[in-house]
Amino acid sequence: MNFLLINFFLISLLLVTTFFIFKTTSLISVVALTGAFTLLCSAIYVNLDAVDVAFTEAAVGSGISTILMVMAAAKLPEGKKNKLINLFPSIILAVSISLILIIIIANLPLLGDPNAPIHLHVVPEYLKESKDFFHIPNVVTNILASYRGFDTLGETIVIFTAGLGVIALLTSNTLNRKTNFKKNNKKK
Amino acid sequence: MRDKISSSPVLSVVSKILFAPIIIFGLYVQFHGDYGPGGGFQAGVIVAAAFILYSMIFGLSKGETLVPIMINRYLMCVGVLLYAGVGIVSILLDGMYLDYNVLSSDPSTGQHIGIILVELGVGITVATVMIALYHSFASFGENND
Repeated sequence: MNFLLINFFLISLLLVTTFFIFKTTSLISVVALTGAFTLLCSAIYVNLDAVDVAFTEAAVGSGISTILMVMAAAKLPEGKKNKLINLFPSIILAVSISLILIIIIANLPLLGDPNAPIHLHVVPEYLKESKDFFHIPNVVTNILASYRGFDTLGETIVIFTAGLGVIALLTSNTLNRKTNFKKNNKKK
Repeated sequence: MRDKISSSPVLSVVSKILFAPIIIFGLYVQFHGDYGPGGGFQAGVIVAAAFILYSMIFGLSKGETLVPIMINRYLMCVGVLLYAGVGIVSILLDGMYLDYNVLSSDPSTGQHIGIILVELGVGITVATVMIALYHSFASFGENND
């Protein structure tokens, strides 16, 4: 009962936050509200007992990415407000995507159903083996670093590559990009 | 922006007090990831948050003296190489790539060693990439004026 009440409360807060994200026009408040949104998401994950996911969401989603978005927003010039000319295509798109999602949700197994396909494939083996063999209580760490070591290596390389890309794009004193910028501006 | 030091004494005092506990918490998350929630990704982000807080409050140039840009870039590579290197070592010890069982005479201890080293690699890469992202964003457009 408590579980349902807390979930209902958090999801209604999520809806309120989403409404204000749509309503506000200032870039900084959108960034702040998005941070609040991900923090609420991590509270929902805690309520669902997914502590590792919640921790990641709180640290990455509402921590670092909010800081980086604030930095990016501070660098942007004051923009003009664009009028929304034709809302019809976006409304059609939003309604059809939500219909698809509702149909999918209706076909999902119930929350915590022990006979759901995801709990019957490799998970029982992992749970049994990591207790007897690894002697490491956190199964998530076992799966992340050992069973799925290749995936985590790939993720690390993705983060590394993203960092390299941002450094290459935003660091101005490499490749003498400064002079090229000025030449291009003069031509225009 | 680069040399602007925050005028408010509250911010600088609070960030000085918070700096060390944030890093300690990051290390706790890093090395306690086997027993509680957490691991390399979260720990890297938390440690990076401490350095980002420092350079937000005391200015970018002081942050650059704390973590020099080139060292930060080398550490980005060190993290990935540490992860991939564990795999190479396990090949050299007649195992498969990223097979931690062969890292020690006891397979269970080998898994422990492998997981800790791999998570350390992830943590180093994530922390340094986040610091590099912040520095790139914060210093963007300053030299062009």
